[in-house]
Amino acid sequence: MSRFRVAGRGRVRHDRPIQFTFDGQQIEGCAGDTVASALLANGRHLMGRSFKYHRPRGPVTAGTEEPNALIGTRRGKGRFEPNTRATAQDIWNGLETTSQNKYPSLAFDVGALNDGLYMLFSAGFYYKTFMWPRSFWDRVYEPFIRAAAGLGVSPSEPDSDHYASRYLHTDVLVVGGGPAGLATARRAAEAGLDVTLVDENSEMGGTLLSEPQAEIDGKAAWDWLAEEVAALVALGVRIMTRTTAIGYYHQNMVGLCQKLTDHLEAPDPAMPRERLWRVRAGQVALAQGALEKPLVFHGNDRPGVMLAGSAQTYLNRYGVKVGERPVIVTSHDSAWYAAFDLADAGATVQAIVDTRANPRADLVAEAEARNIAVLDGHTATGTKGRLRVKSVRVNPVKGGSIGPGRTLSCDCLLMSGGWTPSLHLFSHTKGTLKWDEETQTFLPDRKAEACQIAGAGRGLWGIEAALNDGAAMGAAAAEALGKAAKTVSFRVQNDRTGSGITHTELPTDRHPSQTKAFVDFQNDVMAKDLRLAVREGMRSIEHVKRYTTNGMATDQGKMSNMNGLNIAADALGKPQPQVGLTTFRPPYTPTTFGAFAGYHKGDHFDVTRRTPIDSWAEENGAVFEPVSLWRRARYFPQSGEDMDTAVSRECRATRKSLGMFDASTLGKIEVVGPDAVEFMNRMYTNPWTKLAPGRTRYGLLLGDDGFIRDDGVIGRLSDDRFHVTTTTGGAARVLNMMEDYLQTEWPELKVWLTSTTEQWATIALNGPNARNLLEPFVEGLDISDEAFPHMSIAECTVAGYPARLFRVSFTGELGFEVNVPARHGRALWETLFEAGQRYDICPYGTETMHVLRAEKGFIIIGQDTDGTVTPFDAGQGWAVGKKKRDFVGMRALQRPDLVAENRKQLVGLLTEDGRTKLEEGAQIVLDPNQPTPMRMVGHVTSSYRSDAMGRPIALALVEGGHNRVGETVHVPMPDGVVRAEITGTAFYDSDNERLKL
Amino acid sequence: MTHFSALSLLKNAFSGNRKWDEQWPESEPKAEYDVVIVGAGGHGLGAAYYLAKEHGITNVAVIEKGWLGGGNTGRNTTIIRSNYLYDESARLYDHALDLWEGLSQELNYNVMFSQRGVMMLAHNVHDVQSFQRHVHANRLNGVDNRWLTKEEAKAYCPPLDISPTARYPVMGAALQKRAGTARHDAVAWGYARGAAARGVDIIQNCPVTAIRRDANGAVEGVETARGFIRAKKVAVSAAGHTSVVMDSAGVRLPLESYPLQALVSEPVKPIFPCVVMSNTVHAYISQSDKGELVIGSGTDQYTSYSQRGGLPLIEHTVAAICEIFPIFNRMRMLRKWAGIVDVTPDRSAILGKTPVKGLYVNCGWGTGGFKATPGAAHVLAWTVAKDEPHPINAPFTLERFGTGRLIDEAAAAAVAH
Repeated sequence: MSRFRVAGRGRVRHDRPIQFTFDGQQIEGCAGDTVASALLANGRHLMGRSFKYHRPRGPVTAGTEEPNALIGTRRGKGRFEPNTRATAQDIWNGLETTSQNKYPSLAFDVGALNDGLYMLFSAGFYYKTFMWPRSFWDRVYEPFIRAAAGLGVSPSEPDSDHYASRYLHTDVLVVGGGPAGLATARRAAEAGLDVTLVDENSEMGGTLLSEPQAEIDGKAAWDWLAEEVAALVALGVRIMTRTTAIGYYHQNMVGLCQKLTDHLEAPDPAMPRERLWRVRAGQVALAQGALEKPLVFHGNDRPGVMLAGSAQTYLNRYGVKVGERPVIVTSHDSAWYAAFDLADAGATVQAIVDTRANPRADLVAEAEARNIAVLDGHTATGTKGRLRVKSVRVNPVKGGSIGPGRTLSCDCLLMSGGWTPSLHLFSHTKGTLKWDEETQTFLPDRKAEACQIAGAGRGLWGIEAALNDGAAMGAAAAEALGKAAKTVSFRVQNDRTGSGITHTELPTDRHPSQTKAFVDFQNDVMAKDLRLAVREGMRSIEHVKRYTTNGMATDQGKMSNMNGLNIAADALGKPQPQVGLTTFRPPYTPTTFGAFAGYHKGDHFDVTRRTPIDSWAEENGAVFEPVSLWRRARYFPQSGEDMDTAVSRECRATRKSLGMFDASTLGKIEVVGPDAVEFMNRMYTNPWTKLAPGRTRYGLLLGDDGFIRDDGVIGRLSDDRFHVTTTTGGAARVLNMMEDYLQTEWPELKVWLTSTTEQWATIALNGPNARNLLEPFVEGLDISDEAFPHMSIAECTVAGYPARLFRVSFTGELGFEVNVPARHGRALWETLFEAGQRYDICPYGTETMHVLRAEKGFIIIGQDTDGTVTPFDAGQGWAVGKKKRDFVGMRALQRPDLVAENRKQLVGLLTEDGRTKLEEGAQIVLDPNQPTPMRMVGHVTSSYRSDAMGRPIALALVEGGHNRVGETVHVPMPDGVVRAEITGTAFYDSDNERLKL
Repeated sequence: MTHFSALSLLKNAFSGNRKWDEQWPESEPKAEYDVVIVGAGGHGLGAAYYLAKEHGITNVAVIEKGWLGGGNTGRNTTIIRSNYLYDESARLYDHALDLWEGLSQELNYNVMFSQRGVMMLAHNVHDVQSFQRHVHANRLNGVDNRWLTKEEAKAYCPPLDISPTARYPVMGAALQKRAGTARHDAVAWGYARGAAARGVDIIQNCPVTAIRRDANGAVEGVETARGFIRAKKVAVSAAGHTSVVMDSAGVRLPLESYPLQALVSEPVKPIFPCVVMSNTVHAYISQSDKGELVIGSGTDQYTSYSQRGGLPLIEHTVAAICEIFPIFNRMRMLRKWAGIVDVTPDRSAILGKTPVKGLYVNCGWGTGGFKATPGAAHVLAWTVAKDEPHPINAPFTLERFGTGRLIDEAAAAAVAH
């Protein structure tokens, strides 16, 4: 057995040895140990190095508030994480752990040179230097600072684990499984409520795990605990261990992070590593207890210096003596019990040093019974020992003056500066705190959410008080939810209650500037840094925090905030409540990114929307592109073809005979109701009243700023029903906008909106043979040019499937769009593709669609417009109803700048040499020889090689473009200026002859 | 004011760091000032500094309801860049960038302006078109910005995942090498120290409750928690709360205030060399000098003055970062917080005179105000001193929302079709 393991003590399994490594060295612990307890059991306190001065450090706590003992943990490939708290990581056979922030080794670290120069590295030193010469900041100083900073190293491989997330609704969420939380859960569950009890530890019990001596209603604490947990299980309470409440959000939502595998030797690979819970609770009961404060004195950070309560936890929960010859330094009664427990476990307690002149008589008597020397009215003025504390110097304090010191030899130093309620979650809600003079701490005041706080969280000490307060909180939560709860009261024997006093720095005879008294251990913030910050004008506690970095370490100020506040308040000469506390931020403890991301990674980061025809496109070699959430077939290359060649072929085939295109991604909204036409009149720029059922119209939608937001062909199916199409990316936005207006501006309209984008598969047939292919499949409709002219819509049957058929064209060729229920999309596509072979039918993708429409001068919203373009700018003024009384954006269209001369207008652009394809986004100038900054008059919005025109074509937005047709403009590129002529936008078949087949 | 230098640091080290001066004194408000600035963020303090330094106006008070630098100055992700599309924005942000480059020396305060480059990722054809438009416009405007292939992007930022199978594969990036980050608190403190040394009063913990106007409608001063303070010129620079303050002067502003969230990871050794932004997945990231990954998200979807954001947006942001940088999946979030950003209809600032004589406003920076700090402060000081806008801020009027002469950078980034 390891030397410091105490037989028969603790909750670890002494009979189950576990082997793991620390910096490559084999270490043995017991099942149930943390890395820290196992190392301590082997007599090892040195576990890390501090951030700035690289001082040797050991664990100061036994929990998640640990600032010092941070390690890297590894479980094979893709499973390394830095900055893990050794005090909270369970050991298992094969766990690899490493120390951090040291070079070359933990015991000998050259970074510790900084420690000798600590006077230079005072608070905020970097704001005052590293400014000369200017260029050295980026090249010399900053790289040096960055290399020195940081703690562990980042993972370098993608994560091999996966994460999960869940929602939970519960009546009462109890945070903290100590006596208060257990009692709360019991009362609430007995009242018939759905109760969830969470605790960050590996088992429920909280303080009880460290205080087996207590007797609750006549039962030993641990027996009572086992029975109580069993009773809760029997009552149906959801009990979640290793589960941290990370943040408390609006409307009583609490985020939980549940750790599922980090403690297991061989986790089921199917098991997520962690699970994020979003819990919406009727009542939240906060029973998070209190955290012990360190004392602030010279050398309070050496390995072996530890909080007394944590030493007690190591002994009673893990069966580990943190040393053989402890000295206790305290300003609070609680540390005395650590001394007694250690003495009873065989340690030789060197002395109990209490800063108070008159410690409690019963405690002194107990110390005497154990032959422990008591030094009351003493202070600690320094420690010695490089990698482990060897001695502490203590001095009597009388009437404010410091007497001669004496040195006490020791192998560990246990300190207590009293306790601070853990109110982080309460503070997340913006609940207010009030200062309690008696306990010298902040307590909860005004609540901002439906929550209850019990036990040490509101300044009540001892197990009996916690149990009774917890029971009362459970009853209060039940009553708030309309349930009656029994009243109960507990009686606890051997309860360890106590009180204490609060210090800033302990009194010392050292010169203040040479006193290394640490407040924030990890960030190496000393008391004198805080005083320097105040001296330099940092009066707000937030300024002090930011100037010194006190409280900004990975323990989130759990160790340092209260001591920092007390010292800053003292330096400012103000009472603490006037200085205030910095805001606690979620998460309560650092939380894995993967847990937040949950399932949302890879293909599940965002859903990939696929059309019913997508699988066919994939089987037929399509190259895809992402368009908003969709993936769309961009082109269908045949062997050896690049994009340009394929697109040319697809364009040519469509213009010559027949192309087919999957247009299913187009947004579709069914607008229905007696006021549908009025609604359409108000939303869109176009007039709709006279559009007859069976006809379609190109609709233009503006924002209230008068700029184009969306467009699409809209069919009127009957007096009260429109089939609206939108752009692919705009579908959700348009529906939101419509609903927004309908619900907030025009609630009187009787109109119902339904998104039908995914209900329909849409196949566009374009080309001179479009009708020839389609006609034989259509039943119930004559689709001849006379009976079903361009811009018609009808319901019919196509190849036996119910269909909505549009005659419409985005290519300039004779065109039909067949909408069938999505489940028939692929079958119809294949039917048409097969039958189309006699017309050399050619499937084409978005790229060809873009070229064909550009040849006709049809705009794409978001490419040829950019949110600053009016219908008139885009040459779409004809779509604006001149006689309309109102529509969204109409008033804005009359603003002076929107009717100004020389606005940027959409034009065609042909390069003068007939060969150069302009770059999309290239800027246009009138005078290419002007100096930078140049006056730009527009930019190229669309640019393609056009098979039909035998040359590149482009669309552009150009100032006053509509009046500049025929003029030459210049496009300055890095490698030369391109000359281009401004033209109209319709390059191909400008008389629309080909639509009239 | 003690001059900061390596030498002063050394000298003070030997005297136990006991002789440093206050960086700014605690001032009691006087009855009257020439200029009152409402809001002691970087913008307000900077304006006071430039008023004193460049215009000789030193009878100035900066009044702050909380602690100086405690609003968005101290809450943002410190990204500085100027590769904006429109001439107006490019000029304003490039002016700021010019000032950033000399700011540490100007203020004798190391604001740690680090030109590590800002890279904006393109994930689809539309992004490519949009960024190339920016690159071309920036080139002709003399603004640093260049297009990178995805391989070049990976070389500039090794943790980047450029595999074609990613949900949003990287198709390239726009890189402004001159861009970077700075230490946000130091900007506020440096300006405060510089302004105070020139006679400016900085008054903290003093909420302005109303702006008072005289019988002719001109500004008369401000009502505060510590009484009325007379001033013929008042400049409001209060970010998310500007609309509330201006309302008391009878000026309605087209602002919506949203929570904007950010977070940092636990600190690690240097792993991330630059700033990366992705508009498509809505996240941006850099690594601070302390070693924390600094990550920003988009605005929450509801308007609010509460400086606490919701969980869903953070989940999305972290997922987005892990999607682009899968090696960070096991890193841990240390702290997250929210600021309140004031957003105009065109997402560009309002910076200049108002319809009220003697009342000036600097607001509407949305999610990007920090990068403008020195530039905005500089031209605001000019505007207040001369009662007319500097040519750089002349386009950023309140009237543009009436005339329609918008500066819509977000619209320019447009939307996927």
